[in-house]
Amino acid sequence: MTRVYVPADSSALACGAEAVARAITAEAAKRGTPVELVRNGSRGLMWLEPLVEVVTPAGRMGYGPVGAGDVPALFEAGFLQGASHPLNVGIVDRHPWLAGQERLCFSRMGVIDPLSFDDYAAHEGWAGLRAAAAMKPAEIVAAVTESGLRGRGGAAFPTGIKWKTVLDTPADRKYVVCNADEGDSGTFSDRMTMEGDPFMLIEGMAIAALATGATQGYVYCRSEYPHAERTFVKALTIARERGVLGEDVLGTGRAFHLELRRGAGAYICGEETSLLESLEGKRGLVRFKPPVPAVSGLFGKPTVVNNVITFASLPLILQKGAAFYRDYGRGRSRGTLPIQLAGNIRRGGLVEKAFGVTLRELLHDWGGGSASGRPIRAVQVGGPLGAYMPESQFDTPLDYEAFASIGAMVGHGGMVVFDDTVDMARMARYAMEFCAIESCGKCTPCRIGSTRGTEVIDRILAGRDRAADTRLLEDLCETMVQGSLCALGGMTPYPVLSALKHFPEDFGLHRLPAAA
Amino acid sequence: MNESASRYVAGVLARLKHEPGALLPILHAIQDELGHVPPAAVPAIADALNLSRAEVHGVVSFYHHFRSSPPGRHVVQVCRAEACQAMGGEALAAGLRQQLGIDFHQTTADGRVTLEPMYCLGQCACAPAALVDGEVHGRLSGDRAAQLIAALE
Repeated sequence: MTRVYVPADSSALACGAEAVARAITAEAAKRGTPVELVRNGSRGLMWLEPLVEVVTPAGRMGYGPVGAGDVPALFEAGFLQGASHPLNVGIVDRHPWLAGQERLCFSRMGVIDPLSFDDYAAHEGWAGLRAAAAMKPAEIVAAVTESGLRGRGGAAFPTGIKWKTVLDTPADRKYVVCNADEGDSGTFSDRMTMEGDPFMLIEGMAIAALATGATQGYVYCRSEYPHAERTFVKALTIARERGVLGEDVLGTGRAFHLELRRGAGAYICGEETSLLESLEGKRGLVRFKPPVPAVSGLFGKPTVVNNVITFASLPLILQKGAAFYRDYGRGRSRGTLPIQLAGNIRRGGLVEKAFGVTLRELLHDWGGGSASGRPIRAVQVGGPLGAYMPESQFDTPLDYEAFASIGAMVGHGGMVVFDDTVDMARMARYAMEFCAIESCGKCTPCRIGSTRGTEVIDRILAGRDRAADTRLLEDLCETMVQGSLCALGGMTPYPVLSALKHFPEDFGLHRLPAAA
Repeated sequence: MNESASRYVAGVLARLKHEPGALLPILHAIQDELGHVPPAAVPAIADALNLSRAEVHGVVSFYHHFRSSPPGRHVVQVCRAEACQAMGGEALAAGLRQQLGIDFHQTTADGRVTLEPMYCLGQCACAPAALVDGEVHGRLSGDRAAQLIAALE
């Protein structure tokens, strides 16, 4: 029986994958040619979704983007034998878009059945956790430190150092918390992980538990991801039944209990202390630091808080060793990053590359330029708090320090592309407005500053005294950067000031001759 | 709250009140079933968790996800974040507002549709995107969105 893969990733579903799966089943029945339908995750070639794959002797042959209406013609053409067809994209593994990547973390993405424990195990799953189970906690922490892994949520704090603090802080109870509140526009790697390779996240969190002595874990998943939640909860049940989670993790005699908690539509809960407040059942107000969560986190206990991709990077590091991972990347940015190409881009999706790749390579070699065919004018990297980068900065290598040195940030690796129809003054206003909507309200620069910032941008656009209002906006932004309690108020000025600096004409201002 | 809603709330409280940090799971369980968190349920929740009513109300009102009044028969949630804006999301939202004759956070007079903004559905490479009664739609043209809305009873 021919095996056919139709993704159940929510982006594929959003583009009609469910109807395609139904059409394939119906057409196969009608023709009396039974097929084995497997619902995989997405390979990340989002512009080809729904990407249907057929197992052939030569490999998995891809067809995409497939609509339900294409299915009879595909059968007619002989797609079950891998026949040619206008939608045929060749053997998916050899597709240049995929073959040019360094898929370490996302090696199984779209390849396996996400909820098959055995499929996961057959693709090197649980090898990292088994390796960790044979090590002392301090050795695991040392390996993570040596790998150079930094927090993939955006803050890029060295993971091993955070873990060492939790390990070295004595307590009767410790926690591992996964930040799956992926609120940044342009990012979806956490979602893909929970939908397409959920056991990888479970394995990474179990490794963190063994490394720090934590016995209870929570995945804080945003309410905007109902599909990811459903898939992940099923994976948790399977992992418990198979002895990976529970009182005795893989026969180590050590306990690790893990459950999912749903967020409730607050962007601020992606900030780790606000997330912890929310997990405790409170409003998501940002906490003062210190103490850091590694010392006093959830319910006042030492807590590892890491992003989905940070945890998902760990099984491989433990399996293949710190040096294997560290050998990828450049400078102090080691390893690979699952980059998300989004917005107005022709070939959007998930590109995992070692640090060092440039924005231009990503936008053109992978992205193929804008979806509209117009020139790319600006790219916002790192979510709503990331700077807008103009064409003159597209040769910046992907590297935490290189981005920081030009007032930008890598963040969670999302890149939102805009063509030349974008009004950057409107985007700047939106950044302030978003901050006003999402501010937790604890500190004044963020709570009041964002509302005043929206008003000042409106006044600049009204054009009464642009020079004075621009100075006022810059001054306000400085107050927000210096005085805000967390990154929401502290970094909202990044998109605002970068738009003002690189695209002053959109604000009715003159471009300075010396401006880059 | 009618009697069956009160019974449901009491059941949720009995089941979840001893969970650590129980308030959000309780509010989700109530809204998942009843479509909103009735203000009349707040005193019972506060009592079960040994919180003040103000604390419970504060949490309900802090989070965008929780509603204090029932939504329309259908809920349409349109992504307004940057990636969708880059692909015409604002025009899509404007078209829906016009078609329905309401603004965000409002319900049509016949109680048919509630329109809500969302800030990122994670479909950023398939923008613009919207949820219609929890079902996600991507690469949404104005025409396709209008058809989806028109098909809602």
